[in-house]
Amino acid sequence: MYELIIIGAGPAGMTAAVYAARKKLNALLISSDIGGQVLWTAGVENYMGYQLIEGPELMSKFEEQVKQFPIDTKTGERVNSLSQTNEGFEVRIAKGESYQARAVIIATGKCPRQLNVPGEEKLKGKGVTYCAICDGPLFAGENVAIIGGGNSALEAAENMVKIAEHIHLVSLTPFTGDQILIDKVTGASNMTVFLEHEVLEIKGENRVERIKIRDLKSKQERELDVSGVFIEIGLIPNSTPVKEIVQLNHLGEIEVSCANETSVPGLFAAGDVTNAPEKQIVVAAGEGAKAALQAHRYLQRLSQ
Amino acid sequence: MTREVKIYTTPTCPYCKMAKKFFAANGIEYQEFNIAEDKAAREEMKNRYNSMTVPTICFNGEVLIGFNEAELREKLGL
Repeated sequence: MYELIIIGAGPAGMTAAVYAARKKLNALLISSDIGGQVLWTAGVENYMGYQLIEGPELMSKFEEQVKQFPIDTKTGERVNSLSQTNEGFEVRIAKGESYQARAVIIATGKCPRQLNVPGEEKLKGKGVTYCAICDGPLFAGENVAIIGGGNSALEAAENMVKIAEHIHLVSLTPFTGDQILIDKVTGASNMTVFLEHEVLEIKGENRVERIKIRDLKSKQERELDVSGVFIEIGLIPNSTPVKEIVQLNHLGEIEVSCANETSVPGLFAAGDVTNAPEKQIVVAAGEGAKAALQAHRYLQRLSQ
Repeated sequence: MTREVKIYTTPTCPYCKMAKKFFAANGIEYQEFNIAEDKAAREEMKNRYNSMTVPTICFNGEVLIGFNEAELREKLGL
């Protein structure tokens, strides 16, 4: 049995691991990846100590620092559930194995939101993508749809204007991204914008062939021939494994006190999965440090 | 056991970097195809392996779409 299990290895989880190790806690770090959302960030200019560093490189540096300490690490593992036991908590991973600890820190961050329309699940990896910077080049010379109206959708559109034949930008709302990006994108000759339109279905047998959209005002439906659908509609917190036991807010974020306590004693949370304001690398790292120190205090009280 | 590992990538894809790091860390050689530049490889990935996302990782008749460390470990017997 561990004293502490940390779930998630983004900036919050890895910082918590270092602080836990320095308090000589017997701790385990479990995560599906190392680096979390920062892996998707090209240039970071606001993490102190580095004037400009690429996201993946910054996370490699975090990882190196974690490895300086004798802390058990399991990566490539998805956590299925977390439950309370008489002595603390049990964390069950997707493979079925489980681990026990007296205290837990949830630092699982956020992941891309899905559209939840027919065809999306079936055509994932067959033209439906959530990583425009990854898969963009695959659609060179083809027609694509980008779904979303915020900065990530606009950045994807800006990138695809140079690569694709034609781009359909479909947003449920008016644009919510920065004006500078809106100007760049809407000026492109190979771009058609559908604001206040919803996606009803993604169609195709083995590949994406077209999407069906509907104008929210006129209710008029139409189909667009595309071979790629880039879904860029924001992020949702990875709070599913704990949703039955802790208090979440209306966005699905874990509610924490300023000392990173959740509604369950011994269960702490840090970083983007929580309701702490401002989703920033430096904030997540700081929250991770606070959570580990608070968990240490909690464990000390338990043993007294 | 000898395996021929092929990884289809784009230079901007973080999961491709993670996949390459995983193979390097486990001492397994691989051939990389940058589909942003290599059009023939792009067509091969799309048509032969029916994949429209990177990384696509192929070895011993297996085609893994995306980087999933747990699944890779299992298929490679690591």
